[in-house]
Amino acid sequence: MGKVTGLTGNEAIAYAVKQCNVDVVAAYPITPQTIMVEVISEYVYNGEIDAEYVCVESEHSALSACIGASLTGARVFTATASQGLALMHEILYVASGLRCPIVMGVANRALSAPLNIHGDHSDMMGSRDCGWIQIYAESPQEAYDWIIQAFKIAEDHRVLLPVSVNIDGFILSHSMERVEILEDGDVSKFLPPRKPFITIDPTKPITVGALCLPDYYFEVKFQQIQALKESFNVIREVNAEYETLAERKYGFLETYAMDDAEAAIICLGSTAGTAKAVAMDLRSKGKKVGVIKPWVYRPFPEEELIKAVGDVKAIAVLDRACSFGAPFNALCSDIIATLYRHGKDLRVFNCLYGLGGRDITPNDLKIIFEEALEVAKTGKVKEYVKYVGVRE
Amino acid sequence: MSEKKLGWKSLSIGGYLLEPGSAMKYKTGDWRAFKPVIDQKKCINCLLCWIYCPDSAIIRLEKYVEVNYDYCKGCGICANECPVKCITMVEEER
Ligand code: SF4
Ligand code: SF4
Repeated sequence: MGKVTGLTGNEAIAYAVKQCNVDVVAAYPITPQTIMVEVISEYVYNGEIDAEYVCVESEHSALSACIGASLTGARVFTATASQGLALMHEILYVASGLRCPIVMGVANRALSAPLNIHGDHSDMMGSRDCGWIQIYAESPQEAYDWIIQAFKIAEDHRVLLPVSVNIDGFILSHSMERVEILEDGDVSKFLPPRKPFITIDPTKPITVGALCLPDYYFEVKFQQIQALKESFNVIREVNAEYETLAERKYGFLETYAMDDAEAAIICLGSTAGTAKAVAMDLRSKGKKVGVIKPWVYRPFPEEELIKAVGDVKAIAVLDRACSFGAPFNALCSDIIATLYRHGKDLRVFNCLYGLGGRDITPNDLKIIFEEALEVAKTGKVKEYVKYVGVRE
Repeated sequence: MSEKKLGWKSLSIGGYLLEPGSAMKYKTGDWRAFKPVIDQKKCINCLLCWIYCPDSAIIRLEKYVEVNYDYCKGCGICANECPVKCITMVEEER
């Protein structure tokens, strides 16, 4: 058993990174992630961790430095948000393509323009096809727990892919909550030093990132597709091992009150917390509603989702990032595609909400639940994509 | 290039090249449309072509130079730089 403390999302991630004995951190501060790297740089300055902190001039350089460090066999962490993640976009693909098990904390924030510093998922959703494993946490506790697991998943030789752990900007990054932290020694036992599959060594020269023409490129990319498939097993194993250590259960998704639910909300991150509270309230009034919260967004947990959906008749999928011009926003598209692929014919509608950090209130969620119950009853969707709270 | 190509299972992870110097095996000579032909009687062995050749495809001999056609891509830089104009670019016949 560890001890209980109060930490913000940013601090919880920084603390987990410290306990994971990272070797190199290269990052550029950006709101609302700043405190995450500020705290880590203090740990390095105070000698609390034996790590190299590389001050870089941009996020593009931060991730580039991380790749170089990762190739030497180091355990590497970086963090960013919003425009910073957008600036990394090019290098995100290099990190996954070169199979560097980097872990990154993202304090999700809206993208410009208009300029906005508050939380939505536009940043990570805009890079969702970059080949990284992508995890969304609901609370500082979950962010802490997932960072520790993320290193173990990323560094497993069956995976060797970078992992991002996402927390909602400000809502989680800056709110202090109760966090149960493990003993340093327990984390070290759970996560021994990294064993790289190959390292850069001047006595045994290798070439990394060589030109790969049409005759080989596809095969190398297919290796990544396979690695993401392999990661399902690894994530399952790591979750199970972590549960015995921390007595907290993780998986690809969390279900709440889904057993006999007729209608459900599916959403990522902190909104799930509010949705669960509203569902509990509606349940006490006899309304059969539940919540599904995917933790792991990439690779997308199809089987787990189908199991979680059970006999629900209607689903409202909440997206906090806009896929401009698309039939549905990103999470909803993935859900509908999964249901189609598994022959599940049930009614789904999409709610775009919370852009630029706009609050989603319990009342908003109550209205969505009630509409989902109505759809479950009538079997008819009135509006396929709703824009929660937008003024005319 | 008729050698059997490796599939995703046998390729090294991430397309890493695990042995040094493997570029030697990649013979780029078949990219050539024009081929440099040296009139070795006129060559003064000044080695300007050897310096300028971007593919290190000029071979130094005692009194003159010759071209390694396995790697010469036929860019014509050597012919352009030769002070005595003893290199002619001749169209490849295929
Ligand atoms: S044609 Fe170009 S590649 Fe060929 S020998 Fe001359 S300079 Fe080198
Ligand atoms: S530049 Fe001309 S003269 Fe000089 S070495 Fe080359 S071929 Fe001979």
